[in-house]
Amino acid sequence: MADAVGRCNVDARPRIPRGGSDARLLPGCVVVTGSLIVTDALTKRFGSVTAVSDLTVDIGAGVVGLVGANGAGKSTLIKILLGLLPATDGRAAVLGLDVASAGTAIRERVGYMPEHDCLPPDVSATDFVVHLARMSGLPATAARERTADILRHVGLYEERYRPIGGYSTGMRQRVKLAQTLVHDPQLVFLDEPTNGLDPTGRDDMLGLIARINAEFGISVLVTSHLLGELERVCDHVVVIDGGQLLRASSTADVTAASQVVVIEVDERADALAGMLQAAGLTVRVAGRLLEVELRDAPAYDIVRDAVARAGLGLIRMERRRHRMAEIFATAGSAR
Amino acid sequence: MTTRDPTAGVIHDIGYRHYDGERRGRSYIRRSLYVDSLKGAYGLGRSARSKVMPMILFAGMCLPALAIVAITAVTGADELVGGYPSYVLNLQVVVLIFLAAQAPVAVSRDLRFAVMPLYLSRPLERVDYVLAKYAAMASALFVLTAAPLTLMFAGALVAGLPITEQIPDYLKAVAGAGLLSLILGGIGLAIAAVTPRRGLAVAAIIAVLLVLAGVQGTLQGLAVVEGYDSIAPYLGLLSPFPLVMGVESAVLGAPSPLPPPPGVVGALVFCATAVLAVVLPYAALLLRYRSVSVS
Repeated sequence: MADAVGRCNVDARPRIPRGGSDARLLPGCVVVTGSLIVTDALTKRFGSVTAVSDLTVDIGAGVVGLVGANGAGKSTLIKILLGLLPATDGRAAVLGLDVASAGTAIRERVGYMPEHDCLPPDVSATDFVVHLARMSGLPATAARERTADILRHVGLYEERYRPIGGYSTGMRQRVKLAQTLVHDPQLVFLDEPTNGLDPTGRDDMLGLIARINAEFGISVLVTSHLLGELERVCDHVVVIDGGQLLRASSTADVTAASQVVVIEVDERADALAGMLQAAGLTVRVAGRLLEVELRDAPAYDIVRDAVARAGLGLIRMERRRHRMAEIFATAGSAR
Repeated sequence: MTTRDPTAGVIHDIGYRHYDGERRGRSYIRRSLYVDSLKGAYGLGRSARSKVMPMILFAGMCLPALAIVAITAVTGADELVGGYPSYVLNLQVVVLIFLAAQAPVAVSRDLRFAVMPLYLSRPLERVDYVLAKYAAMASALFVLTAAPLTLMFAGALVAGLPITEQIPDYLKAVAGAGLLSLILGGIGLAIAAVTPRRGLAVAAIIAVLLVLAGVQGTLQGLAVVEGYDSIAPYLGLLSPFPLVMGVESAVLGAPSPLPPPPGVVGALVFCATAVLAVVLPYAALLLRYRSVSVS
């Protein structure tokens, strides 16, 4: 697995060209849709602990999920990509810039949203984001204009003039996201952006992340240990475990329909299971649900007829989709 | 990928707008951080509550200067009562309280609320952050100490005192205030940067500098009384205020209420100590911020 090369720059959702339609008018004007992040045998050791091990990935535009359990090396990888932590071995480039020699240039073009709370309570969101916009090199006037724009985009309105100390968790996450975007980066690293949010706040944040890419044309590398979330917003996923690449592929591949049909009936599921087995299908009883191996299309008819013959109410019959969690289950059993 | 399409600016809808304007470099960022931190030291751009303490202390530094000017004008004296050199020394408690209150505002706050990752993930380097914060703290102290001296100078001129006599003394005192600000700013920040807890930083700064001042004052007093005249001047090295006064009198020939450093050797020792008192806290700050983590 260590020498696997993860490629996920299939560009299912191409980067929106800067300048909109004008770019298309010019013949020969090619919008670069190449790799945004490339690592080559990247390794980081802290003493005897190996945080990132021989990692080779190639990440393209879009929303890419970086998945891994706590301690899998996600944060270490982000620090290396920001040019803030020297790698022990191997190379990495972000936006075509080498992390070892062009850290400052990378940080001009990239936004970073840390996992933990990072906001002082005694300033307003406006003042704080303006300050950080200037820390990214924006002149004062531009910093104020961009701040007003971006706070509106992340959904902070009148409250942006009040001190951050009085904000809810959801509002604080929006301020963190605003400072990530205020200097109009080409790529943002979002570290666990839904941490600590309630279900509604989580939905809002996931919606915002999808918009960052679809409407703003900014690529996103988002980490999470909640796979269900990433399934919803990511075009691609990179799964790392113990600092090693486990898998890199499009979300569609990971969550493709499986060859299992789930059947739910109102009663006597056991009897139906017997009938289906008698008809030659492989059936597994999972609580009130039956899981039937789908060999071919007529299997649907067999199920339908059996249910009708038994006089049962068919509540649900659907193809089961793979879940991202299975990546870990498979990897775990393989070890 | 690194160049942006210049036509992006023509999009007029209210959707997301890209920024194609100027992106300035590290020196601009350093300067911006310096300006914002200097304003922050006086609570400008912060809540009303953050302004109370620095403004009261600023007034506390300036009021005696106004009183001196008033007395000089009313009595028609031919020189300022008390004079420039010992003014800041006499009000050193106010300066120390200001430093203890505002050094944690400059650095502990960013550590306590974990703001550092937001700075470090931007184009500025750690050394830029340290330099900007150090310059801002020293400048805040310089404003605090030079403002009353300037008030006195202006008042003296208004009261009709001869400008040729005033200017040298005034400039020497301002130079001393500058050196004092550098030394105190570095020491205050180096102590405050150790802890993210503001209260602890305030107490530590007050304790260290008051203890130094107390030990220095007591020992020097004893040495003078007991007749150890060769040692007495060097005891001024123990605390920033007498150290600066020593440099002022040795280098600039300013009158000093304390035993002045003897001869060339004394002058060199005081100057070397002053340089160390600036360089060491700055080096300590750089070392401290090398270990500040991004997340």
